[in-house]
Amino acid sequence: MLFKHHHHNHHRQADVENAIDEQELPLSQLRAGVAARVVQVAGGNGLVNRIACLGFTPGAEVTLLQNFGHGPLIVCVRGSRLALGRGEAEQILVTTIEA
Amino acid sequence: MILLTQADASLAFGGEPALVVALAGQPNVGKSSVFNDLTGQTQYVSNWPGKTNQSKAGMCDHRGTLVQVIDLPGAYSLTANSSEERVVRDFLIHDQPDVVALIVNATALERNLYLLAELLALPVKIVLGLNMLDAAAQQGITIEAHVLEAALGLPVVSLNAARSEGVHELLDAAIRLVEHPGSYTPNRPEIRADHRSVLADLERLIAPYVPAPYPADWMALKLLEGDHQITELLQPHLGEAWESVHAILMQHEDAILAIAGGRYEWIGRMMRAAVTQPRAGQLTLTDRIDRVATHPWWGMLILLGILGVLFWLTYALGTPLQTWLDVNLVQAGSLWAQAQMQAAPPWLTGLVVNGMIAGVGTVLTLLPVLLIFFTALGILEDLGYMARAAYVMDRFMHLMGLHGKSFLPLFLGFGCNVPAVMGTRSIESPKARLITIMVTPLVPCTARLAVLATLAPIFFGTQALLVTWGLLALNLVVLTGVGVVLHEGFLGGEHKAFIMELPLYQLPNLRMIGVSLWQRLVDFIKMAGTIILVVSVLLWALSTFPGGTIETSLMGLIGQKMEPLGRVMGLDWQMLVALLTSFVRKENTIPTLAVLYGVGTQGAGLAEVLSSRLTQPAALAFLAVQMLFIPCMATLATIRQETRSWRWTALSMGMLLVISLGMGILIYQGAAVVGWK
Repeated sequence: MLFKHHHHNHHRQADVENAIDEQELPLSQLRAGVAARVVQVAGGNGLVNRIACLGFTPGAEVTLLQNFGHGPLIVCVRGSRLALGRGEAEQILVTTIEA
Repeated sequence: MILLTQADASLAFGGEPALVVALAGQPNVGKSSVFNDLTGQTQYVSNWPGKTNQSKAGMCDHRGTLVQVIDLPGAYSLTANSSEERVVRDFLIHDQPDVVALIVNATALERNLYLLAELLALPVKIVLGLNMLDAAAQQGITIEAHVLEAALGLPVVSLNAARSEGVHELLDAAIRLVEHPGSYTPNRPEIRADHRSVLADLERLIAPYVPAPYPADWMALKLLEGDHQITELLQPHLGEAWESVHAILMQHEDAILAIAGGRYEWIGRMMRAAVTQPRAGQLTLTDRIDRVATHPWWGMLILLGILGVLFWLTYALGTPLQTWLDVNLVQAGSLWAQAQMQAAPPWLTGLVVNGMIAGVGTVLTLLPVLLIFFTALGILEDLGYMARAAYVMDRFMHLMGLHGKSFLPLFLGFGCNVPAVMGTRSIESPKARLITIMVTPLVPCTARLAVLATLAPIFFGTQALLVTWGLLALNLVVLTGVGVVLHEGFLGGEHKAFIMELPLYQLPNLRMIGVSLWQRLVDFIKMAGTIILVVSVLLWALSTFPGGTIETSLMGLIGQKMEPLGRVMGLDWQMLVALLTSFVRKENTIPTLAVLYGVGTQGAGLAEVLSSRLTQPAALAFLAVQMLFIPCMATLATIRQETRSWRWTALSMGMLLVISLGMGILIYQGAAVVGWK
């Protein structure tokens, strides 16, 4: 299915009772070592296009490898390591996966 | 599209290639190893008219069949996101190679197969080369090539490009595809069900208007992805139909997420039976090294440590070797030539000794330094460290309008500008590379710094150190300014998202490093034997004729004619001529001044004359001009060689002339305004 930007609100309301720990947050706020699933990618078409081709599509599993709370971060997605600017990481919405 | 290819190929091999194979792949897949394995010494660079990209081509005599191999730029996908990606798709659509050999990295197969999913939407025949299987095995990833082949419905060949294994089997598979076109029945990814009808509608609407040779179904797909280049290309052809097309596209603005997601679902299905992944959560060697190497502070320290070792090696090993070559090659060669040419007219001896040997010989003495720098760059790049260095430095380089990958080449510029310009080859983006080349001469090299270190104490005594640091800072400020202006003007101020792959660390492949080192050195020696030779002879003639001495030469006369320009900087014509002769080599400044003022370079002679002739503001103006002036001819020739453009070379020269002389005038006139004498 197509994930449109306004869809995640419905999605969130529907799931809110049975999935309290399933919280949505930007990738930039994920702590190092945490695995998560991509929910939505926002931003201009050029950026979304680039990010999506590299594997950040809704449903994709990502693991955050390095995040110092400032500057770029390092993410593992689709089996490869990518350095991502903080601004770009803010456009990727994820939910954490229980280990 | 490609110039030279057929003509050069025919010349070299006396025949037309039976087959054209294009090598495609994402970055960091070992594609250039495959290319070198296949083509060896028969490579040549092809220019793409109207583009800054170059593509390499070469010939391969494959079991009696002549195959032309084209090395396409590394591309993650076939979008309009980068110029490399546009080059790849333009080539595939317009030049239609017989077969595309897609090289994939087995350690990142899932992401690598995304390019395959994109290629399958184009009317090309594809063979898949599965490279780096050994590195994948170390990660606990096993891939069964024949299972993957069965799933994909196209030939899959296991490669070990680092050890030249499998590359000819790859060509065997390509030839079989051409000989038996009926055997090619690939499994193609389909768009997800919810976008199928939209795509069909788009294709039906645009089909009558799509210009050849673009396939209508591919154009419809790219429109739906929101590809701005394809949209711009198609819009004028669509006429009335544009309204309906536009309306559909507006309703599906983020279709790209569904399309890319669908491709990754397809990849997942293709990989399911063939690939075994390791348990999640294992800490790999790469993770462990990266904890330090990409750390904001530790990473910086490691980078500084590596650079320290590199420069220590240069001074401990490179500089003595350079001196040795200067004594045993240039000076001994000059003496020998003089002895041989006793009967020859003096002008001929001058031409050979002071023109050819002095010019070309001096440039060749740079070889040891180049050897050290290129070996180090090659090892760091192959190791996977270059991406980390770029990652650590990216924030700082962005402030200068540059890319993180510009840092290392630019830093090498402090040693010598020539390897710095050649070192920009590791920057993938052609625009970022061009900007880096343009600012490189603003990094003062050892020779410039030596001139500064000699002259600053003469003029400024105890304050020499302050002046030296001030001028160094001035160079970096100008470099930043030029970088930002070029970035804003050239990239249209476009904010490039920071996304960079960090490949797995791996043991360097010494053979490949040797090949690339060899190519760089051969390029450099060729340059010394051609362009440097011509320029050296020209400069020698300019500084000798008609009078026989530098004062009475054309160069001396030019300097005297430019005296009014010198006056606004407080400089006499001798100083201007010294700047001109520094074009041969920066160290020439001081001997030229000694000759022109009729004193020896040693002792107090030159110091006395200089400090009596020049006021302090004029001296500061001269040193600033010297630091920002056009680089030596070897650097300029390298800029020409690497940009393959006389226009950019001339632009670089013009820009530096304006900046350096402008700065000199500004300093001298500014000093007059504030009353500094």
